[in-house]
Amino acid sequence: MLAAIAFYVFATVTVISALLVVSSRNPVHSVLFLILTFFNAAALFVLMGAEFLAMVLVVVYVGAVAVLFLFVVMMLDIDFAQLRQGFLTYLPIGGAIGFVLLLELISVGSAWVISPEAMHHASTPTPAGVTNTEALGRVLYTNYVHAFQLAGMILLVAMIGAIVLTLRQREGVRRQKVATQLGRTREQAVELRKVRPGEGI
Amino acid sequence: MEEFLTTIVVPLFWLVLPMLGLMVGLLIMLAFLLLFDRKIWAAVALRRGPNVVGPYGLLQSFADFFKFVLKESIVPSGANKVIFLLAPLVSFTLAMGGWAVVPVANRWVVADINVGILYLFAISSLGVYGIIMGGWASNSKYPFLGSLRSAAQMVSYEVSIGFVIITVLLVAGSLNLSKIVDAQAGGFWNWNLFGILFPMGIVFFISALAETNRPPFDLPEAESELVAGYQVEYSSTPYLLFMIGEYLNIVLMCAMASILFLGGWHAPFEVAPFTWIPDIGWFVIKIWVMFFLFAMVKAIVPRYRYDQLMRIGWKMFLPFSLLWVVVTSGYLLALDKLH
Repeated sequence: MLAAIAFYVFATVTVISALLVVSSRNPVHSVLFLILTFFNAAALFVLMGAEFLAMVLVVVYVGAVAVLFLFVVMMLDIDFAQLRQGFLTYLPIGGAIGFVLLLELISVGSAWVISPEAMHHASTPTPAGVTNTEALGRVLYTNYVHAFQLAGMILLVAMIGAIVLTLRQREGVRRQKVATQLGRTREQAVELRKVRPGEGI
Repeated sequence: MEEFLTTIVVPLFWLVLPMLGLMVGLLIMLAFLLLFDRKIWAAVALRRGPNVVGPYGLLQSFADFFKFVLKESIVPSGANKVIFLLAPLVSFTLAMGGWAVVPVANRWVVADINVGILYLFAISSLGVYGIIMGGWASNSKYPFLGSLRSAAQMVSYEVSIGFVIITVLLVAGSLNLSKIVDAQAGGFWNWNLFGILFPMGIVFFISALAETNRPPFDLPEAESELVAGYQVEYSSTPYLLFMIGEYLNIVLMCAMASILFLGGWHAPFEVAPFTWIPDIGWFVIKIWVMFFLFAMVKAIVPRYRYDQLMRIGWKMFLPFSLLWVVVTSGYLLALDKLH
């Protein structure tokens, strides 16, 4: 009973906040609603027993990715008048694309049949005897270990690519060398002198 | 009607009761921890600290509470009103929410979930939103700069905290906080701190300082550069919520340190005089010891420069903790202790 109430609350908030992501005029509000959507989706995962996925969704998307979104969007100089400019000129094209997408979704959705046999083979988020995390780990590191490592390699390549794109060596720029700074001794840095009055060094 | 009572009201009551108990206990403890923090800071600086309200100033925090609550809360005219007031609430609620999975004694926990440690990690990574929202909604330069700094800082140090958690998981073989604590039972030599994980304990402590914006890493609110950072425009109750949220996060990090490294509720020796203190007593003592270290660091160490902070996070802690994940797994594999 409590679980059912929780499901309806989370599901309603998810749908409403997802709609508000698209319809809010202020981009910062959009990102904040996106965060709310992620959060409620994680709660829905928990209700279905997929606790590991739920936590990873919060850690990765809400805790890291959305922070960077917010970081970028906050620094934009938002001009509301400019944002609403040309709304009517683009309305027909946007509306047409949306309509086509809707038709396609309806045609796919109505033709979708799940064979009754497939349900027998469907795995549950919590198989008997092991926790959700353990079950996921067993599948991920046995049957799908190559796919898993491949995904890791792709991410690594993307990371190196991003670093290479932004790295540039400029001539004549003095950089801080921490090792040299820390390696300085008292003898190199301090010189004691006796100063006589009225003479200076 | 009777069915409604047994299916909804009674379970809800048993759900709410431990939550309320934990919240009230925590907030009262926090009042004294705040005073403890100020007293230590004062003692290091050879001052007396608060000593007027109540005996030895014991009621100072309560006096401060009433002062904050009874003052007028001001919202700047250019501020985004809803987000401005939402930010302290987010900060406070998240800090409180993390405590739901903390086992304060053997099986004394509001929600004993399987992925407790991941939940804690997730909640502590959300703490940055209160600060970012507050800084942006203030519509003012210093708060904005402060919130940008804190966003980068907290995201950076989460990475090394994540690796610390991974090494602890490897040793304990479970994500459940109660099981992590139980894996360290039997005396202080079984605690994670006094084993292969000792360097990770140090990494965790320093990362926890950075994650909670404590000195020497309190750059989001560095008063010499940013006045008070994201808190500049806040006053009265919203400010109080920010402050309580910040301190709750610090105490949560202390609790996390005692669960991950100091054996949680277990006594250092499982013999007579030590076992007279109840489980929850040991847990609270460990939290206070950790908080003492936090307070001493605040009193003694000067503030870091921002580039130094980033250098420690990305160039020292990240490679080292990555290496230590490999070392720990190799060690466990060699001794056949891997779960």
